[in-house]
Amino acid sequence: MEIRRKVQAGTMQSSDLMVFVEPAEKLIIEIESTVIKQFEHLIRAKVSEVLDRLEVTRAAVRITDRGALDYAIEARLESALRRAATEG
Amino acid sequence: MAEIKLRRSLLYVPGNMPSMLQNIPIFHCDGVIIDLEDAVPLSEKDAARVLVRRFLENHTDRNKEVLVRINPLDSKWGYDDLREVLPAMPDGIRLPKADTPEIVERLDTLLTEFEEELEVPIGHFRILPSIESAQGVINCIKTARTSDRVFALAFGAEDYTASLEIERTKTGEELFHARTRVVWAAKAAGIQAIDSIFSDVNDMEGLQRETALIKTLGFTGKSLVNPRQIDVVHEIFAPKQEEVDYALQVVEAIKRAREMGTGVISLGGKMVDAPVVKRAVRVLKTAGAHGMIDIELDEEVIYGQE
Repeated sequence: MEIRRKVQAGTMQSSDLMVFVEPAEKLIIEIESTVIKQFEHLIRAKVSEVLDRLEVTRAAVRITDRGALDYAIEARLESALRRAATEG
Repeated sequence: MAEIKLRRSLLYVPGNMPSMLQNIPIFHCDGVIIDLEDAVPLSEKDAARVLVRRFLENHTDRNKEVLVRINPLDSKWGYDDLREVLPAMPDGIRLPKADTPEIVERLDTLLTEFEEELEVPIGHFRILPSIESAQGVINCIKTARTSDRVFALAFGAEDYTASLEIERTKTGEELFHARTRVVWAAKAAGIQAIDSIFSDVNDMEGLQRETALIKTLGFTGKSLVNPRQIDVVHEIFAPKQEEVDYALQVVEAIKRAREMGTGVISLGGKMVDAPVVKRAVRVLKTAGAHGMIDIELDEEVIYGQE
């Protein structure tokens, strides 16, 4: 999947997250979270899994997490990537 | 004897809010309606359906009926809603603006196509049509019989009053005829009737009054907008102990009548015959569904042998 434009998905409500995606030369992943100390490795693993599945190899992905569960991380990232892959 | 599936309380859960979605397992309502329609802003339709799909895929150990309210089929989102959420196996679809039987038939056809594609049994996904316009009310008698998937009709008073260009009041006089027609249509088709939401979540007395009214009219459940409304609705729909006691007496009386070779008998000075027995059986089935009693009802004893 090719990242063609700058987009965002998600909300700042608790149990949710915001995902910002924009085109980049390589894969950059930045994560901010209210539970960063305990869960950064799990969030990162989930993000990598979705990027792999959708075959995204070049993108800047920034995540602001408000304590989201795995399914929500997957859904919001997927929505952001789908939006980024379409012409705006 | 066929058991009654309780659908006293169908709680709306906004489709784009993880904090609400992940509470679905702990809400003690009979079912939930995950909303992709009015609760989701136009700019978030795409993201909400993905969120709902991923939630349902993870929520496999279910303890209540899960319906999804899609966007209307004639909108640009309705079909995509189905395509995204059906693989996550909701129990059914609440179809907004079910104004004509043809709209429900169209959904029926689409569901069959998806069932074939997903290799699930044909008829697995059920349909709850929303009767929520003047046209919908006029056509609901046919709509109720459109498909075996239709397990109930849901009345939507907010959109209905909008279509009539009138205000919705708390006493609901303006809804009386429409509600009655929806109940007739449902009962004639042998399905359930679910009443509209009561939107003022702080007015528990108003909710109580409205629920008592719609139960009297023949509705078997209500759509809810807040989990705080669940207990009030369940309490009203629970059979009263004296109703259950009387129903048990009726069944005993009719058994005695059968032994004596008659179909009618007096109980406490009142005549007990077939319609009385039918109502008593309904009370006992409902009580059974509420866990108030645990008895086997023998149809042959109750209704007699041919």
